[in-house]
Amino acid sequence: MVAYVLRRLVAAVVLLFVVTVVTFAIFFLVPRVAGATAEDLASRYVGKTAGPEQLKEMADKLGFDDPLYVQYGRFAKGLVAGADFSTGPTVEHCPAPCFGYSFITQNPVWPDLVDRLGVTMSLAAGAAIIWLVVGVSIGVLSALRKGSIFDRGAMGVALAGVSLPIFFTGLLALSIFAYNLGWFPPGGSYTPITENPAQWAYDLILPWTTLAFLYAAAYARLTRAGMLETMNEDFIRTARAKGLVERTVVVKHGLRYALTPIVTIFGLDLGLLLGGAILTESTFSLPGIGKYAVEAVTNNDLPKVLGVVMLGAFFIILANLIVDITYAVIDPRVRLS
Amino acid sequence: MSGDGVVVTPSSDPAAWPPRVPTAFLEVRDLRVTFRTDDGLVKAVDGLSFSLDRGATLGIVGESGSGKSVTSLSIMGLHKGQSVTMSGEIWLDSQELVSASPDQVRRLRGRKAAMIFQDPLSSMHPFYTVGAQIIEAYQAHHDVPAKVARRRAIDMLDRVGIPQARTRVDDYPHQFSGGMRQRAMIAMSLVNNPDLLIADEPTTALDVTVQAQILDLIRDLQEEFGSAVIIITHDLGVVAELANDILVMYAGRAVEHDTADKIFRQPEHPYTWGLLSSMPRMDRGVRDRLKPITGTPPSLINVPSGCPFHPRCPYVDRNGIPCRTVVPRVPTDGSPGVACHIPEKERRQLFDDEILPTL
Amino acid sequence: MRRSRPAVAMVAASAALTLALQACGGDGSSNTSTTTAEFDAAVGKVFNPSDAKGGTIRMANSGDWDSLDPADTYYAYSWDFIRYYGRSLLMFAPAPGAEGTKLVPDLAEALGVPSDNAKTWTYKLRQGVKFEDGTPVTSKDVKYGVERSLDKDTFPNGPTYFNDFLNLQGYTSPYKDPSPDKLGLKAIETPDDQTIVFKLKVPFAGFDYFAMLPATIPVPRAKDTGTKYKEHVISTGPYKFSVNNLGKNFTLVRNDQWDPATDPNRKALPDQINVALNVNADDIDNRLIAGDLDVDVAGTGVQAATQSKILSDQALKKNADSALAARLWYVSMNSDVAPLNNINCRKAVEYGTDHEGYQRAYGGPPGGDIATNMLPPLIPGAEKFDLYNFESKPNGDVDAAKQALTACGQPSGFATNMSYRAERPKEKALAESMQQSLARVGIRLTLKPYPQGDYFKLYAGKPDYAKANKLGLMTNGWAADWPDGFGFLAQIADSRVIRASGGNTNLGIKLPAVDQLFDQALATTDVAAREKIWPQIDKKVMEDALVLPGVWARGLLYRPPTLTNVFVNDGFQMYDYASMGVKQ
Repeated sequence: MVAYVLRRLVAAVVLLFVVTVVTFAIFFLVPRVAGATAEDLASRYVGKTAGPEQLKEMADKLGFDDPLYVQYGRFAKGLVAGADFSTGPTVEHCPAPCFGYSFITQNPVWPDLVDRLGVTMSLAAGAAIIWLVVGVSIGVLSALRKGSIFDRGAMGVALAGVSLPIFFTGLLALSIFAYNLGWFPPGGSYTPITENPAQWAYDLILPWTTLAFLYAAAYARLTRAGMLETMNEDFIRTARAKGLVERTVVVKHGLRYALTPIVTIFGLDLGLLLGGAILTESTFSLPGIGKYAVEAVTNNDLPKVLGVVMLGAFFIILANLIVDITYAVIDPRVRLS
Repeated sequence: MSGDGVVVTPSSDPAAWPPRVPTAFLEVRDLRVTFRTDDGLVKAVDGLSFSLDRGATLGIVGESGSGKSVTSLSIMGLHKGQSVTMSGEIWLDSQELVSASPDQVRRLRGRKAAMIFQDPLSSMHPFYTVGAQIIEAYQAHHDVPAKVARRRAIDMLDRVGIPQARTRVDDYPHQFSGGMRQRAMIAMSLVNNPDLLIADEPTTALDVTVQAQILDLIRDLQEEFGSAVIIITHDLGVVAELANDILVMYAGRAVEHDTADKIFRQPEHPYTWGLLSSMPRMDRGVRDRLKPITGTPPSLINVPSGCPFHPRCPYVDRNGIPCRTVVPRVPTDGSPGVACHIPEKERRQLFDDEILPTL
Repeated sequence: MRRSRPAVAMVAASAALTLALQACGGDGSSNTSTTTAEFDAAVGKVFNPSDAKGGTIRMANSGDWDSLDPADTYYAYSWDFIRYYGRSLLMFAPAPGAEGTKLVPDLAEALGVPSDNAKTWTYKLRQGVKFEDGTPVTSKDVKYGVERSLDKDTFPNGPTYFNDFLNLQGYTSPYKDPSPDKLGLKAIETPDDQTIVFKLKVPFAGFDYFAMLPATIPVPRAKDTGTKYKEHVISTGPYKFSVNNLGKNFTLVRNDQWDPATDPNRKALPDQINVALNVNADDIDNRLIAGDLDVDVAGTGVQAATQSKILSDQALKKNADSALAARLWYVSMNSDVAPLNNINCRKAVEYGTDHEGYQRAYGGPPGGDIATNMLPPLIPGAEKFDLYNFESKPNGDVDAAKQALTACGQPSGFATNMSYRAERPKEKALAESMQQSLARVGIRLTLKPYPQGDYFKLYAGKPDYAKANKLGLMTNGWAADWPDGFGFLAQIADSRVIRASGGNTNLGIKLPAVDQLFDQALATTDVAAREKIWPQIDKKVMEDALVLPGVWARGLLYRPPTLTNVFVNDGFQMYDYASMGVKQ
């Protein structure tokens, strides 16, 4: 098991490296293929009326003139050993891991990422707990009461939940509950948990429920399908044949088995979400990683993009690793290899 | 009335009313089990009666869809949540089960009556160790501490012939070979010393070589514990070894019911003849082709009129017998019989002349 | 409005009284104002005039500032907003209507004094202006501010007017300045603490507009932290930064070191201004209408969905203002691409286009007015003329177009490519509209979308590329950096700004006569005389049919009833932030 985990960690590091190389390549090679020069690339980061000397200076400053491997080497070195940047009158040292300075705002990327990670984590964790509890319970109840009014009603609502886009439900929720009824604060409200835990939770209730609604619906449907299938398995029949109480059959034999794929999907969903809940953050104007990613991409801001991509890849890789390990823990059949 | 969608009606046989408590350990009287499906009413079991004593073995033989598994599940009370209508009586050790409450039946399951299934790999929970599952079966009916239950589990594994039971008790089902797994399942079902053991196709999923071991095991345990055993199979070879009596089922009914000896030496129903003829035999020479029974099993929603076997019977309408109109029946008190319109003498003649030479 | 007559009279009377008081106070407000909420109540007039101080204005931005640092910002709304915390030498008058396009002295005492044939400009600073920490402001702080704005390495976003016009003599940046006080730029002289002199390479009569730029906001060298300065800009205005979370929000509170006696232009009504950044654009509109927000600071107007909601609902429409912008949406014709090298073929395009279709593509009348020539009417000196019957034939003059085609030797029409920015649905709609309308006369357009980020840098704006790919018609748009002829026309009509390396907005106007007129204008210091030259340039370009004007843009602004003293400042073509107040 230890060897397995170590191998996976090494593979993870390699994957992160590959991801950054690919991002670098896309950023620089695609315009090159269209015939762009270093100055052309630099023109994205200057004002409206920049002259050719200014372009050349900017291309120089951002290092676009150097061959790709030199540029990448600079980036990699910064990650490991830190780098120095000029603020104008002084030189600032950016400690490792240094993701560079934003081409647009000239601010270091790493502190921004860390700062925004808190928001995304708050959003993701809260919503995750809600959707897991609500979605799975409803799914289980629906499966056990298949065909009943509860089942039909719940699955109907779930269908709406997975079909309605979040920027619709989010804006609607804000419009009704924040602006018309005044029960919740407006979009863009976020208080760090360290500042005021009660306010932190209050600010996040609408984004949590909106995001959770989407996922809870999906999980309810998944759980229901899984439960229905599981309850038809042979070992359920055996459990009953042993004379066990129905509740033990459902929970210990049925639920434990049906929930296994749900747990693994949950891990993957959470990993993806930590990489940036883009739509939710944009709808509710929450300053998280997702919003940061949108800004970075819109502005062609490579250091920010690299930062976000690496962070997102890290979480997804981590989630996959945890999911695989968890699966091996839960399902003994998977362990031998 | 019992709950869970199972509707109970009194036995339709007037001779059985008012009910008398039977003397045999297990007595099934005119059992009828009907399922409501989208396609129609499925008559899975249509008037079945038999009895079984402690220490005796009954073999129920038939094709898929003959109603044999449904019968065993009904005895165990395992039809739950489906639209099932059950009528008739099932008496187990002087307790009537069809009219009993689900909870009463549940308390008997695993304790008085136990069942082993065809595929031990899918029939055991993959996430729990074999030991844990046996312990669970034991603790469901006995309030004992974990240590005691564990010792009992190891004992049972040992008893069914699994080597190194002490370590293997913590293994998972997928870590056993097919034969060992089936032994483990047998251990699980016998852990509470049940008086009735139902084995539903116990060897179908196993190698031929392992089959014999399992059957031997079942026989040994039966001798040791004195339980009644029902073996359900489509394979005549299996029941030839173990059964005292054999019940041949077709289309939810019994078509021939007699001692094993008689069934093999002088079967009297054309269907049984077909079964015997289609059996590959090691002690005869190799023939050019196997002889299946012509036709296909009947639909249980639209059962053929009269004798349900008549569409496939080579002797249908022979000499004006009412195969298509009148339903032949074995005796309803569970005594031996044949459900066929061909007169007895003629049947024996036919068997001696036409069937026996070909076997 | 169903108000009773006496009430209207009272309102009118009180308004008149307020106006009289304002006129006496000499604070520069206009002669018209109103307190009745109605459509365009803040256009050309002050809505809800007030002197009441107090309250917090809540603003939101769907994006983010390019920078709060005065040396590094180029957005119109930023230049409007910066007057809260910075005082440049001159500013646009805080008045509605045409008054707002005039420059008035802010940090300076008076407008600039030209000499040496408009190559030297001198300003005198007011006395008693201080930074937020109490240090007095001197001309050296203004010089330092302009010096650092020259450093495009550190501050790449701002305009380059000073780089282009000052006689730099190799000066790059105060951060590379060898002199101990970092004031080594010889092109700016500070003979004493209240005087500052600018020395240009070439004459430029419109230098006062440069003096309006945020780059002239003084910056204390001791507190200059370069790229980090924007985290806390030291204020010279009535407000200073109390909280600044970059990318998220910031708050301005009163600057106790600002002396209103030195500042006749600012009323400084609110106590506090809160600005939220990167807020969802639709959310902003919802909040404005619900009363949860006071200002959409980007100032370009509400989103399309909200626009239709507002225009169809009388209760909402009375809180809306349709602000005319100094922006023209148009199509450039590339004379390097045959057969558009022939003037008659170009005229065929002018005649053949469906102008109402053009306007529809940009949202119909709320999106803007049909433009018959280039200069938006907002620009002082602009003259409206119609050479190709846009007004009499708003759906195009098919006959005249066909005649022009015959004259250029293409009686059955010709084929060419038309470029537009792929992410802009309005441009796509326009291209499709032109494809349809020109097809009527046989001109077959193949539409070519390009990514907007690189449109001018790599594609339409790169002469070699445009020629090689036969981009005969190129969708374009331009807003003046400030509402004056130079600010509008220089970048799009002067052939000498065209760079082979790309990044051009002038996509094909190369007329020596026009270049001469530009030089003439640059040297004409008399404002009235200079204003007459711009329409001449406009006419020459239109006579040569090098531009197909489309729409003079409008923005639909929403004005929540919570706002007081609010009006559209034509200098920025959005609400005048420095003047507005809020009800408590």
